[in-house]
Amino acid sequence: MKYVDEFRDPNKARALVHEIETLAQQLDSTRQRPLQLMEFCGGHTHTIFRYGIEQMLPDSIELVHGPGCPVCVLPMGRVDDCVALAERPNVIFTTFGDAMRVPGSRKSLLQAKADGADIRMVYSPLDALDLAKNNPDKEVIFFALGFETTMPSTALTVLQAEQDNINNFSLFCNHITTVPTIKAILDSPDMQIDGFLAPGHVSMVVGERPFDFVAETYEKPIVVTGFEPLDILQSIWMLLKQLKQNRHDVENQYARIVPADGNTAGLDALSKVFELREFFEWRGLGSIDHSGVKMRDDYAQYDAERKFSVPNLKIADPKSCQCGEVLKGTIRPWECKVFGTQCTTETPMGALMVSTEGACAAYYNFGNLDELLNKRNQNSQLSAASA
Amino acid sequence: MTNPATSAVRQRSGKCRADTITMAHGSGGKAMRDLIDDVFVSTFDNDELSKLEDQARFSLGSLSNAGDRLALTTDSYVVDPLFFPGGDIGKLAITGTVNDLAVGGAIPLYLTCGMIIEEGMLVDELRTITASMRMTADKAGVKIVTGDTKVVPRGAADKLFINTAGVGVIPAGVNIASHRAQPGDMVIINGFVGDHGAAIVDARGEMALQNTIETDCQPLNGLIQSMLEVCPDIHCMRDATRGGIATVLNEFAETSGVCIRLNENALPVREEVRGMCEILGLDPLYLANEGKLVAIVPPESAQDVLEVMRQHPTGENSAIIATVDASPVSTVILSTLFGGERIVDMLVGEQLPRIC
Repeated sequence: MKYVDEFRDPNKARALVHEIETLAQQLDSTRQRPLQLMEFCGGHTHTIFRYGIEQMLPDSIELVHGPGCPVCVLPMGRVDDCVALAERPNVIFTTFGDAMRVPGSRKSLLQAKADGADIRMVYSPLDALDLAKNNPDKEVIFFALGFETTMPSTALTVLQAEQDNINNFSLFCNHITTVPTIKAILDSPDMQIDGFLAPGHVSMVVGERPFDFVAETYEKPIVVTGFEPLDILQSIWMLLKQLKQNRHDVENQYARIVPADGNTAGLDALSKVFELREFFEWRGLGSIDHSGVKMRDDYAQYDAERKFSVPNLKIADPKSCQCGEVLKGTIRPWECKVFGTQCTTETPMGALMVSTEGACAAYYNFGNLDELLNKRNQNSQLSAASA
Repeated sequence: MTNPATSAVRQRSGKCRADTITMAHGSGGKAMRDLIDDVFVSTFDNDELSKLEDQARFSLGSLSNAGDRLALTTDSYVVDPLFFPGGDIGKLAITGTVNDLAVGGAIPLYLTCGMIIEEGMLVDELRTITASMRMTADKAGVKIVTGDTKVVPRGAADKLFINTAGVGVIPAGVNIASHRAQPGDMVIINGFVGDHGAAIVDARGEMALQNTIETDCQPLNGLIQSMLEVCPDIHCMRDATRGGIATVLNEFAETSGVCIRLNENALPVREEVRGMCEILGLDPLYLANEGKLVAIVPPESAQDVLEVMRQHPTGENSAIIATVDASPVSTVILSTLFGGERIVDMLVGEQLPRIC
């Protein structure tokens, strides 16, 4: 824990916040609206809320909490597919704990489990493979979920299954990719984001280079960022410095973990097993080209989608949900019409309320709800008055 | 004609020779009687119980000498696994109910014990658990005075469920209630938070962690009596079991209509528990405890209460962890180690580990 505590030192935090304030003031004089910085990754969102970082920053900096929580952006139709797979006879359906509560159109996995489906929480795909070995008369399906961070471990598990000749194991593959998603956000017309904190864990696998296009094509600064509170403050400071100097580069704050070229062995394994899908559906953002991966034909026997039929129905997000606008930073979470009323952490309607790493859930859990709802009501009165 | 030799054998209290519990042990016949005699009555061993009436009886006079109100509580114990570092379901079943009485200011006196046993359970495990119940009851100064035994078919319960109810007496002048927190009050805890929750996660073995976190499961009535001696006017007190101290503090804040400002710097958390929470994405504030109380006391008594707590074996690591403010009402705010602030809300659903 000593190693971790170094990155949580309140004295260093105060010094960094002071430097951030100074830089923000220098930038402030020329700006009409607050600076918008997006942290893409749900892990960053979690740290920001857990340590109260947002309140430490000057008002001229607004953090936009991006779509980087794989549980949040899972479309309802895919949850329905999970439930359908889990409810097949003779199946043990395995999943990470986070996915249990995500609502489907009929029910969540948690409800399906209560209704009698054999659904088990695992902490690694290898645990699921062990279950397959120990239950040769059952079909074990692993719900593969996550960005590039979790892809290598899933890929290596499939390679292990092949090597051990295990035939009752398969994946329901819902892995998603970071880069096309950031691109989709940058391409959206109402986008106002000034800089990005790039996901540290994803970068550990893919390296820094995949983010070059953000700096080169879209001319936005981007900093690969670690997950401790001082990491986040330092990265915000690095982004402000770039903005001050009119630079837009890819910088790496998390160099203690992230090599420039990523994890080549992990990348090899994942490109052996997975290939890009033409498009993948996201909750809140809609369909994004090349934003998901599927299993290559060579590994079809480990692909639950091909081994068993899944309903694969497209279920539209509830109309009142404004997750997409929140994800792009055009509205703040509490400004959504249903935030805190119809959509709460107990009864989440939208993607961002589902997991603790979702932006809305974070505001709902860690923010002052009454104050936020008052703010929203004042805003809507103001806009009604101006209209 | 009765043979005096055989009738003596028949009258002698039974010996349970079975290795495992079968449906016969719940049938009401000889096997059940032997089990009750040999495993329960001889272990719990007290005058009220050994009369084997359908109810325990005690004199009203002795109760009314001890206080002016009765306190009654019940709790069921379904922990999995049955044995974990530092404790077992039996120890838990006594401490949990004793503590539920004690945090109301009551002196716990008598407990009941209902056992629901799954067919196939090892009799030796049951003996270990009842011995542990007796030991804990002695430590807490309470007696198990009546009970019930049921056996259910394999699969209808998970090895063993225990229900205990408890009766205690509240001395005159003690008035602990969750609506009594007032601005200016201090919030005290009697030691490290989250040990029990962490020990159970660890003992389930799903995480393959190399750890030695022990449950904090312990009766708190002795500690509470010494606290009441220096400060009879404790405003609020609860034991922070499921849902952890976050839940208890939220209940106080809501019922009293106050703001509780929690200081992360002052919060005692063991390094091992912090480490496990880091890895699994859990929050020690929401982890279960089985031997931790949260007390809210008037500011002028806080230091005296803290000192007396620190001298007690179950309160050596006591600390003042929070203060009570007038507003924002019904809110718990944490000042983080990092220098920021955030709201600590009630837990929604189960605390599930994050994946990335």
